[in-house]
Amino acid sequence: MAEVELRIDPLTSHVRTARQVAVALARRAGVAPDVLDEVRLAVGEACGLAVALQRRDDDPEPVVLRFEDGDGLAVQVRGSTGLAVAQGEAAIQLLSAAAVADEDDDEALPAGAALAVLSELVPGLQVATGPAGPRFELRWPPG
Amino acid sequence: MDLSLSTRPEGERTVVDVAGEIDVYTAPQLREQLVELVDSGRYDLVIDMERVEFLDSTGLGVLVGGLKRVRAHEGSLRLVCTQERILKIFRITGLTKVFPIHDSVADAVAATD
Repeated sequence: MAEVELRIDPLTSHVRTARQVAVALARRAGVAPDVLDEVRLAVGEACGLAVALQRRDDDPEPVVLRFEDGDGLAVQVRGSTGLAVAQGEAAIQLLSAAAVADEDDDEALPAGAALAVLSELVPGLQVATGPAGPRFELRWPPG
Repeated sequence: MDLSLSTRPEGERTVVDVAGEIDVYTAPQLREQLVELVDSGRYDLVIDMERVEFLDSTGLGVLVGGLKRVRAHEGSLRLVCTQERILKIFRITGLTKVFPIHDSVADAVAATD
């Protein structure tokens, strides 16, 4: 079992870096090659959502991604946007309702699209919200 | 790879060739391009996504925004995409019902439905 932690300032350009790290670690952890695209997309959506929420609030705290390989790859994404305490479906609904668009961006899909993609791609997706921020837990088995 | 965009007229329509990654960072560039086209009176757009390597929900949002803009002028926005990994994202989000998706630029340019 080995851990990698990545802390990124909430810049949209760093979301791509996070995706690349996720795919590299998934490959190393033996996740099936045909699932790597899903890892790329899902980690990008979780990280992008955390970043977007903080950008909305001008919150400069880092978004933290923790990767753990052992039995496949486990990824935890933590933001710092304070939200009501919720877990699972309730947390997904709470985040879906959050308007994360920039003020000059009148056309971003609501966060619901990001969560729809996440829920579909990550079978055991765990989502929690609270005063410390949102937390996403994603896991892929070895291939 | 970053995003690269180019446009060319095809009769009354405009083909937007998109290559690279459309994500939370690059999607604003695509939005600007679509806004610019609509502002200059190009209301029938064909977006060629065959060279798109990555698309996230932010990119989808920009495409939906583009569709709303052209529809406000009774225009159209068609996508060209045969890549399964990109099509999957449209299916997951139910957007295959919203966008006409074609197999080739020729097909999209000729479409009248």
